[in-house]
Amino acid sequence: MSENKVFMIFQNTADAQPFISAFAQENPEATLNYQPGMVRIEGLGELGITQEVVSEFAGRAVDLQELHLTLISLSGNIDEDDDYFRITRH
Amino acid sequence: MAKKLNMRKRYELLTRGLGWEPTYQSKDKVFAQEAYEGIKITDWSKWEDPFRLTADAYWKYQAEKDKKLYAVMDSFAQNNAHLNLADASYVNALKLFIQGVSPLEYAAHRNFARLARQLSGEGAQIACQMQSIDELRHAQTQIHTISHYNKHFNGMHDPFHMFDRVWYLSVPKSYFDDASSAGPFEFITSVSFSFEYLLTNLLFVPFMSGAAYNGDMATVTFGFSAQSDESRHMTLGLEIIKFLLEQHEDNLPIVQGWIDKHFWRAYRLLGLVAMMQDYFLPESPMSWKEGWQIYFVENAGALFNDLGRYGLKMPKYHEIATAEADHISHQVFGIFYNYIHAAAFNLGLPSEAKMNWLSEKYPDTFDKYYRPRMEMWAEMAKEGKRFFNMGLPQLCQVCQIPMGFTEIAKGDPMQIAYRVSEYQGEKFHTCSDGCKTIFDYEPAKYVNAWLPVHQIFQGNCGGAAVPDVLNWYHFHPEDGGDYVGSADEARWKAMKGEAAAPEAAQPTQADAA
Repeated sequence: MSENKVFMIFQNTADAQPFISAFAQENPEATLNYQPGMVRIEGLGELGITQEVVSEFAGRAVDLQELHLTLISLSGNIDEDDDYFRITRH
Repeated sequence: MAKKLNMRKRYELLTRGLGWEPTYQSKDKVFAQEAYEGIKITDWSKWEDPFRLTADAYWKYQAEKDKKLYAVMDSFAQNNAHLNLADASYVNALKLFIQGVSPLEYAAHRNFARLARQLSGEGAQIACQMQSIDELRHAQTQIHTISHYNKHFNGMHDPFHMFDRVWYLSVPKSYFDDASSAGPFEFITSVSFSFEYLLTNLLFVPFMSGAAYNGDMATVTFGFSAQSDESRHMTLGLEIIKFLLEQHEDNLPIVQGWIDKHFWRAYRLLGLVAMMQDYFLPESPMSWKEGWQIYFVENAGALFNDLGRYGLKMPKYHEIATAEADHISHQVFGIFYNYIHAAAFNLGLPSEAKMNWLSEKYPDTFDKYYRPRMEMWAEMAKEGKRFFNMGLPQLCQVCQIPMGFTEIAKGDPMQIAYRVSEYQGEKFHTCSDGCKTIFDYEPAKYVNAWLPVHQIFQGNCGGAAVPDVLNWYHFHPEDGGDYVGSADEARWKAMKGEAAAPEAAQPTQADAA
């Protein structure tokens, strides 16, 4: 079942929190695996977030490219625009 | 007023618009390295950069990352935060890191600058320029972060000099030199795909998480700061593979050959990381084998499933690497335990608690093959017969690691693996089918390998005796050897108030009472 696994890994910091929370909320099937200093968000086939939800968590308008500041690693094919970021493997 | 353009459009205008057709010289002269490897590119405009990061956004975010990192480094130094480490033996991981990894970052900086110049597609040029700057940033931030440790511990005083000379550092150096001396497409396949995409998670993710676990917040910060660039580099690696395979079907066998070769080379190099992961971290959040399972078996499995549509297969000998995951860290540790007197870091036998952890993480192999070895070595040391290997080992002609790996995939893990090839009437030895295959494909390249042991015997390394060679490496006598009884241990105990400073006279019994 790991054939189409995708993941995003973030630093476990306050700056990353709006992204982590958005991934958790917008991908109810995703699992969050916490290791010292980091969190790995795993899903099957697809994980995605929208700018609206991230901004809601942050309490300000977030540019989704800010995820570059706290992203540690990822696996999958990226699809991004101003209002969404997705990682897919089908 | 005009509407703000969307990301795709902005990215296109700010990258693709930057190229031009040369008129003073022909295009194949301007980009002279692009054709000789046999790669066929018909249309560079089909290049898709997955992260649509334009130069202005790149500078903004990189500046932000550095600001955060330097703030952490400052407070780390102000607070003498090295005192919060779980144990000073942890610092040995940083020594191996600054000696063996940071010089690779610098070499990557130079090579991606070459690629930015030599590839003719604008999307690829921009991605390579950014990566070149990233790699320089990594080398610099690693040096800055670790310079704080250099004030308190040995072995970190001259890493770039050591990198070009030292026997165990020839392992990372030769891998990277192999890629650097190839054409631009082989280099990018090697470094961006085989190393960064397939394997770099194993270096940075569990290791940096291990740093967090052991109280080293400065390293966590530089590691994760570097790794945030790495995500971009990995996507470049994936894009280059997809792009080459989509451009022409003739590219497939060439690319598959490079992936096979550089997967194995990079995997062999990571034997050092496996040892760090399992033996250097006083507290380990994850074993090498667990990391291999998550970041190679699952991740690469999914990736190659995805790439199968182009006809690409998993790298050759990947099953062997997976079978070796149960053994590799213990075998590399064994090699270093023999030769630690000639290294610029310290090592110790694992404690009982650590051995129990290893038994738990390696239920099929540790108690059966490796614990008895550790116990025997401990026994010998107790009797005053600590074993140091004073002979020079035979090295693998390709990976340059002493020939200490065994026939694991053949079901005989106690038998040293040993392969021989003949070329122009001479014999050359390799440690595995993986390294032998690489040698046999390009023997003319590997017969020129700068093998540290051969060079010592030829008199090119400062002299014939061990101290002469170590002096030529710029090692100090106190840099290597066992951690117990080392200068670093004494200094650490003094810092923690557990013993007098090493320079001071030891307190007498009367003083202590």
